[in-house]
Amino acid sequence: MTVREALNSALDEEMSADHKVFLMGEEVGEYQGAYKISKGLLEKYGPERVLDTPITEAGFTGIGVGAAYYGLRPVVEFMTFNFSMQVLSGQQSCFAIDHIINSAAKSNYMSAGQISVPIVFRGPNGAAAGVGAQHSQCYAAWYASCPGLKVLSPYSSEDARGLLKAAIRDPDPVVFLENELLYGESFPVSDEALDSSFCLPIGKAKIEREGKDVTITAFSKMVGYALKAAEILSKEGINAEVINLRSIRPLDRSTINASVRKTNRLVTVEEGFPQHGVGAEICTSVIEESFGYLDAPVERVAGADVPMPYAANLERLAVPQVEDIVRAAKRACYRSVPMAAAA
Amino acid sequence: MAIWLLARSRTIIQRLPKMMPCFGVLYHSSSSFHYSASPSSSFLMSHGPRRLTSGTTPFFFFFSRPESTKAHTQLEQLYTSEDDDDQAIDFPGGKVAYTCEMRFISESAEKRVPCYRVLDDNGELVSHSNHVQVSKEMGVKMYTNMVTLQIMDSVFYELQRQGRISFYVTSMGEEAVNIASAAALSAHDVILPQYREPGVLLWRGFTLEDFANQLMGNKADFGKGRQMPIHYGSNSLNYFTVSSPIATQLPQAAGVAYSLKMDAKNACAVTYFGDGSTSEGDFHAALNFAAVMEAPVIFFCRNNGWAISTPVQEQFRSDGIVVKGQGYGIRGIRVDGNDALAVYSAVHTAREMAITESRPILIEALTYRAGHHSTSDDSTKYRPIHEIEYWKMTRNPVNRFKKWVEKNGWWEDKDEVELRSSVKKQLLEAIRVAEKTEKPSVEEIFNDVYDQLPSNLEEQERLLRQAIHNHPEDYPSDVPSRRHFPPISVPEEYAEDIFSVSSNCSPSANGWRERDSY
Ligand SMILES: Cc1ncc(C[n+]2csc(CCOP(=O)(O)OP(=O)(O)O)c2C)c(N)n1
Repeated sequence: MTVREALNSALDEEMSADHKVFLMGEEVGEYQGAYKISKGLLEKYGPERVLDTPITEAGFTGIGVGAAYYGLRPVVEFMTFNFSMQVLSGQQSCFAIDHIINSAAKSNYMSAGQISVPIVFRGPNGAAAGVGAQHSQCYAAWYASCPGLKVLSPYSSEDARGLLKAAIRDPDPVVFLENELLYGESFPVSDEALDSSFCLPIGKAKIEREGKDVTITAFSKMVGYALKAAEILSKEGINAEVINLRSIRPLDRSTINASVRKTNRLVTVEEGFPQHGVGAEICTSVIEESFGYLDAPVERVAGADVPMPYAANLERLAVPQVEDIVRAAKRACYRSVPMAAAA
Repeated sequence: MAIWLLARSRTIIQRLPKMMPCFGVLYHSSSSFHYSASPSSSFLMSHGPRRLTSGTTPFFFFFSRPESTKAHTQLEQLYTSEDDDDQAIDFPGGKVAYTCEMRFISESAEKRVPCYRVLDDNGELVSHSNHVQVSKEMGVKMYTNMVTLQIMDSVFYELQRQGRISFYVTSMGEEAVNIASAAALSAHDVILPQYREPGVLLWRGFTLEDFANQLMGNKADFGKGRQMPIHYGSNSLNYFTVSSPIATQLPQAAGVAYSLKMDAKNACAVTYFGDGSTSEGDFHAALNFAAVMEAPVIFFCRNNGWAISTPVQEQFRSDGIVVKGQGYGIRGIRVDGNDALAVYSAVHTAREMAITESRPILIEALTYRAGHHSTSDDSTKYRPIHEIEYWKMTRNPVNRFKKWVEKNGWWEDKDEVELRSSVKKQLLEAIRVAEKTEKPSVEEIFNDVYDQLPSNLEEQERLLRQAIHNHPEDYPSDVPSRRHFPPISVPEEYAEDIFSVSSNCSPSANGWRERDSY
């Protein structure tokens, strides 16, 4: 099952299970979504539950929030260009960020629990390929820094199904960060995950690969890179444990710390910018809770601290590659201890 | 609970047949746009030169504004005819008359705002047409630029299909909008484009080589390979770099215009945008601010009927864009975007008004996106082929203008053959060279993030170079380097530890923290 099919089936099942769930966004109906995630849904649920909107992100986000205030369960899609070209979700959600941060995230709190906002904001996030600075940005850290929001980021088809269903059923606003380059990828899916009652817990990470020498944390597309890196490392006798975060907020600190206590080494991987990034948060958590267990400085692998360049050669250098993860893990493993003594 | 928000009443099945007449069949029907050969353009004359405001326009004898829209007359009637004259309220903004009639203003005028044109589909001047004169030199230059743009589009589009560039957007069908509007401006006017106006840049002297370099993202690109294809820009040509998020250029244009006004420049700002972009809040903020700040800016809307797969009827329910100007107190005109002379005249006149009267002007050009939205799109999936064909053939703006220059005796078949072959040759050569030109060098990743390279980026660059040096096999081979950093040299036995320490100290983690020495 591809990630696209997984997302589509999750939407379909949740819409059929709960008539209050509806989808809105640019080109989600007639065009079936820029990435065909909403394929067949207009036909099945009609134009009242699959709404094409004008190009007014702030507008339809606000409308979605209002609908959620009043008891509906909107799924707001931030579109992209067609087919497999451009990632605009982040950019578009930024047009709408006031509604996401100041309305969706805070209303439950400000209304003393009287106005909940069961809404999902979803769409592709992060870097695609060859689309430059304004189309290539990871918003995980942005949204994850905001209390009141939940931030999920699936990697596999099972993640996509289980997490999207969880997001739609959740009473709180959820930012759901997909990745364009994963839509077409196929993953095996268990029978259990195919069941329409399937759902994953929000706030739980998944250990994708067990290991004992070094912990690698990643989310979304970078999980695949981390697994590839682990494969390469295993040939050199390094047994890496790969954690798929799944949930960026809440962050599964206990799974991460338990793993680091076992491996004593940590590499964090993300596509976003390094400063105040997801890796920075994970690193802090480990320093706070498992400092004594660390045998090496934490390695952060992140995107370069610059807007994304377009030229293919520069772009390649600005986003993390499998080799970067491999080398970071090796550094973490081969270092002498303690570090400071070397100064 | 019923979902009434934005709900559309039709299903796909109902919708497709409805969409079809939107543009393709128009020309047979009389219900909506009047593009066909009816001589209705004499509306300008028949209504006479009434004026909306006291600001007059003494500079063009030919000028008379088509302000007599139905909406306008209705509004006037509503507020004047049966009003209780001695009963008026003095209100900020002027006196408002009282009326005892409870009457709601209609959501739309009975008739759509007419569309100004000069040439009919056969390139004939329509009778009574008033327009700005175009000299032979200007006419020929406009035509050759339109053809160049056409050829550029077909060659670059093909280049993308061959996988040699990642993305492309054509301006097919909008050649007149591009070139004629550019021709009517001065080089000092500042352009804030969307992405479908490369013709303006072409007109201003951006060379085929410049275009090719940008698309290839090589080191000769003015944008240093930072921006995706078609995001051209040129400081020297007063053309702001294309920005991907739509409509952001609109409020910015009002800002630029305000600054031109403060500097008392004899220039205006001109910003282009599609019909879809008018749904963004930025459009509305821009119009309102420009009006209030009395900023000399031309808002040029290319209403090409589609925003990717969204037709205008799904985008707004007003009579297009031009009527929105009035809501903000902005003067506007609707023009046939496939008539180069009409576009030229309207922009020329708008420019004079904008600058001498210090005011924004809204122009809505009715045209058609004859190509796909971009190379990521297949528009035959959502619009009928006959509609596309109709606009490509019958309403083709380049053919129409060609007929006119030919009739003037300014252009012959042999000129055409010569032009096409020389442009093509020059273009292919430009591409060949651009493709072979080196890519931007490593330091271009870091330059210009800030005005001065800060120490953390300097550090990153050093680490990156070290990593490339240590692991050349992991990096692309086409990364030239200009800036010279001395390599970090440390005795072999300390290397590991020193790298570790520096990594602890470095606040800026990144993908290439290269301190390993194995
Ligand atoms: C803020 C934002 N939302 C959505 C998009 C995706 N997008 C790119 S072009 C486009 C359509 C714009 O249509 P229009 O303004 O009519 O211009 P046209 O392409 O027809 O020339 C959309 C929705 C974007 N680039 N930026």
